Amino acid sequence: MMYVGAGILILVGISGFAVVRTRDVTAQILALGFYGLITALMFFFFQAPDVALSQITVGAVALPLMVMLAISRMKFRDSARQKSDGKEEGANHE
Amino acid sequence: MSERVRLGIFFIFGPLFLGLYCYAAMGLPQWGHYRGPYGDVISRVAVFERHATDAVNAINYDYRGFDTLGEEFILFTAVLGIMLLLRREEGAADTKADARKQGEKSNEVEDNPALSTTIQAVSLPAVFVTVIFGFYIGLHGQLTPGGGFQAGVILATAPILIYLAQNTKAFKRITSHPVIEVIEAIGAASYGLIGIAPLLLGVPLLTNVLPRGVTGDVFSAGTIALISACVGIEVTAAFLLVAYTYLQEIISGEIAED
Amino acid sequence: MPPHLSLLPFIVAGWLFFCGLYGIITSRHLVHCVVCLAVLQTSTYMLLLGIGYRLGGAAPVFADIFPGTATVDPVVQALMLTDVVVEAVVVALLLAIVVKAYEKSGCIDPKDLSTLRG
Repeated sequence: MMYVGAGILILVGISGFAVVRTRDVTAQILALGFYGLITALMFFFFQAPDVALSQITVGAVALPLMVMLAISRMKFRDSARQKSDGKEEGANHE
Repeated sequence: MSERVRLGIFFIFGPLFLGLYCYAAMGLPQWGHYRGPYGDVISRVAVFERHATDAVNAINYDYRGFDTLGEEFILFTAVLGIMLLLRREEGAADTKADARKQGEKSNEVEDNPALSTTIQAVSLPAVFVTVIFGFYIGLHGQLTPGGGFQAGVILATAPILIYLAQNTKAFKRITSHPVIEVIEAIGAASYGLIGIAPLLLGVPLLTNVLPRGVTGDVFSAGTIALISACVGIEVTAAFLLVAYTYLQEIISGEIAED
Repeated sequence: MPPHLSLLPFIVAGWLFFCGLYGIITSRHLVHCVVCLAVLQTSTYMLLLGIGYRLGGAAPVFADIFPGTATVDPVVQALMLTDVVVEAVVVALLLAIVVKAYEKSGCIDPKDLSTLRG
């Protein structure tokens, strides 16, 4: 039984490394969600159901959601600025 | 400081710190042999003293309730900071309105595509189940794992499911700004008031003064259930405010197009 | 407890700490930096859990077991609940700062943000 726990711990270490090494932020959201879930599984193994519930709701739902909201807001600003720049150039050309 | 210098410093002092950490970790008790007295004391005593079967929530909201009060105010202050940072600037709004008034069609903002009926058919029962489950987890904090904070986050995902399933108008109508702010403030303030009320009775701050009830009932364990509900209300409103603040530009950009 | 497993949670905690720190140092995108900070914060969970675990212990919920049976440490789990809340809050606030910095300066690389502009 302890070997199952050791396996889950090693899996947590590997997925933490994967989160760090993913350079593209949109792909990092998925890695973060998986990392949150595998950490919650580890909390269940450690007989901590309260903390596991918190980790599922925060680390696998709320945290990727907030990162996604931040990225989408930055992209929205980018596209809005590009459109207004394009319109100014179009107005200048005329 | 260039990146190579930073990496060099990291690879010199990192192993040093790692060595110190390993030396310290060898003095800890082995994994699986918990030695300390406090955990055993709480396990033996919490059910009889507070009539709460969940020892972790009894510690969180009763034995160490003052720490949780500080944590709630951390959440409140951080949401305040986020709303201050990301508020709509008047200049930015005007440039976008001017850009739109120059006879532009609505093809810069991603048009809200008509979502398939499958998504809408699946997500509305999901919202229903989420709300019921959130209330269940929040009300049974003193009996089973769960409690206020987890319930707050679960309930806050229900309007986000609505945002994903339908258009943003419904989301904006649900999270209309002043009511959610007031709810969050009520949640945070009532935790403080529940803590101050025992002072008027002559006992220390945050003492459990309500009747404890029968162990295993939903309405038991005194102030633990009440504090758990207040925390749940505040956390729900806090996360909804954060989501609304991040999405404010995107929502108003799309809605002003209509 | 076999001796080669006795320090595993502490080793994984240290490994996650250094992974997060390495990610922050060599980061080229501000949002990637914030997510690595979140990974760094989760290393403390491993440390706390490693201290509080008891072999053969049950969860500290006494709805169906008698109080006084051997359970794992509930005090450490209460600490971890606060820790999880603070992690979510810190990441939210840092992401707001990142969004604002990107809007004001237009660059997403931490290296380009180093020059002070009047």
